[in-house]
Amino acid sequence: MRHSCLIRVGPATFRIGCDWPGPVEKLRRMYRAYPAPPSTIPDYTIFLEAVRPWRRYIRPSMAIKADFMLPDAAPVSLNHGLLAAEMAMNLQMALGWRRHLLLHASSVEKDGRALIMTGMSGSGKSTLSAMLGERGWRFMGDEFALLDLADGSVHPFPRPVSLKDGAIAAMEAEVDESRFGPRMLNTPKGDIRHMSPNIVAIEDMQKPARPALLLFPRFGFESAIRPLGKAEIFVRLTQASTNYVAMGETGFAALTRFVEDVPARAIDYRNGEEAISLVDELWSEMAR
Amino acid sequence: MVGNGAVKAARLLVTALRDPATTENLAASRWTALITAARAESLIGTLACRLEGKTVPDTVRAILGEARVHADHGHLLAHWEASEAARTLAPLDIRTVLMKGTAYLAAGLSASLGRSIGDLDIMVAKDRLDDAESALLGAGWEWVKPDPYDDAYYRRWMHELPPLIHRTRDRMIDVHHTILPLTARPTPDAHAMLADAVRLESGLYVFQPVDMICHAVAHFMADGDLAGGLRNLWDIDRLLREFAERSGFWSALAARARMHGLHMPLERTLRLARHIYHTPVDTMLAGRARSTDRLYIRLLLARNGWGQETRKLLRLGFYMRSHILRMSPSMLARHLWIKWRKD
Repeated sequence: MRHSCLIRVGPATFRIGCDWPGPVEKLRRMYRAYPAPPSTIPDYTIFLEAVRPWRRYIRPSMAIKADFMLPDAAPVSLNHGLLAAEMAMNLQMALGWRRHLLLHASSVEKDGRALIMTGMSGSGKSTLSAMLGERGWRFMGDEFALLDLADGSVHPFPRPVSLKDGAIAAMEAEVDESRFGPRMLNTPKGDIRHMSPNIVAIEDMQKPARPALLLFPRFGFESAIRPLGKAEIFVRLTQASTNYVAMGETGFAALTRFVEDVPARAIDYRNGEEAISLVDELWSEMAR
Repeated sequence: MVGNGAVKAARLLVTALRDPATTENLAASRWTALITAARAESLIGTLACRLEGKTVPDTVRAILGEARVHADHGHLLAHWEASEAARTLAPLDIRTVLMKGTAYLAAGLSASLGRSIGDLDIMVAKDRLDDAESALLGAGWEWVKPDPYDDAYYRRWMHELPPLIHRTRDRMIDVHHTILPLTARPTPDAHAMLADAVRLESGLYVFQPVDMICHAVAHFMADGDLAGGLRNLWDIDRLLREFAERSGFWSALAARARMHGLHMPLERTLRLARHIYHTPVDTMLAGRARSTDRLYIRLLLARNGWGQETRKLLRLGFYMRSHILRMSPSMLARHLWIKWRKD
């Protein structure tokens, strides 16, 4: 492997190797504010290699290889190297991580208390966490919330936010250009641009928070707030967890406690401002 | 540059498995290579069990702990799948004879400690294969490969049914009726293996020890390019160490291997196990080292610190050899032609 770097996000360290210099340079730039890992032994290894030896030079195409892989993952164009690395890091967590209960959720923190947002892709949870992270909240992550198996707290996993399509312009209007990665157009996931979290989020990336409110946001519907039964919340969260089944009884205990303790609501919204006012309202009324 | 791609990671792995004490004072870059190779060879859970109680760096402890969680969960699922298969086949008076990982686990053998277990492999008598197939299809298993050529190929030439996957549990089952493809030269006596299978308390069956070794050897050698070879050989090392304590074991093994036509592969496997894992083997049975043993050893250890396979040319050679062993030249040509056209 000719080019490589070590990246630490929250509790996990990734070693990323690549046949080309470009993707590693972009990663280094994207993660330049992140502190060096405490150990040089990575939790997971990822390498982006040419699909065939000659494809390093001719029509470059990279295969994503890693400790944990999906069978038949499609190769990626060299221009989308940063996306490939980010996807691979997510995959290592989704398939490999067994030290917390992993929720596919975004989270932000205020006064030591965390707001967790979960929902389908397209619900806006990622963009919402990025916006709140610029407006007085500490950004904890847009992809995974790590639920502590012993004490029930939420640990951050603040990777750069992966902004899609319309959300890119919305965040570009608010955040300094230096925190953005390259624009990647027409990726399999649409247009993508990564945005590095602000320095507070990075400096506090080892600091957990007590979960205080859980929201299920839904974008594109008239503004509304709906209560949910505990059973529905529980089932939705099992679907949002990548390792709930694998964690067995420990996972069940952690999730049950979470559902018992944390108040939850579903919210619908049509734009970012509407969502933020709903969040503010519910946070002051309900947050534990 | 972090880590060292050139380090002989597979060698670190077999040394650590063989003699866990050698990991004391391992440098960080070597730990990285060791863990990456162990994951790539599906031996990380095994390594975690071997290093239990040893002093290791904090990060390594967390990684190995995680590997144990993965392995334990895999074992739970393996037990479950085995009992589901047995529940489906028992009403038809078909014995569920477990093979490979699930067999070691169900029989409580040390080969199962931390072992990764994927698909469920079972053997069913050839004359009950149709009944077993329809029972499994009725109980929620479905075909994985709907391709007509693959399906016909499996049925005509393979030692197992085309793989089935369970609709809701998403787990695969391989139903074997013998242990090697019908196109291979040795023709092991599957009937004898089934007849002499041992009943466990759970009502499940496993092969008797010598057959278990014979199957492990056939599996290890038949998978032409030795994919997963270090794991398969580790199984054999553990089984031999555990069974060799029984009196008359080696002569029984030799006789059984001869009966199955697996004498030569067994000899070579014993030599490779002795070389790589220092397995105590019967010297007479292992026979004289052959110059080609070196090629096998080189291929088994062809893995770098990034988890990548190395020695591509040697691997290709073994791959071609495996197809030649499995098929006659004209059949091979036809098979590859159909496969290439499809790709």
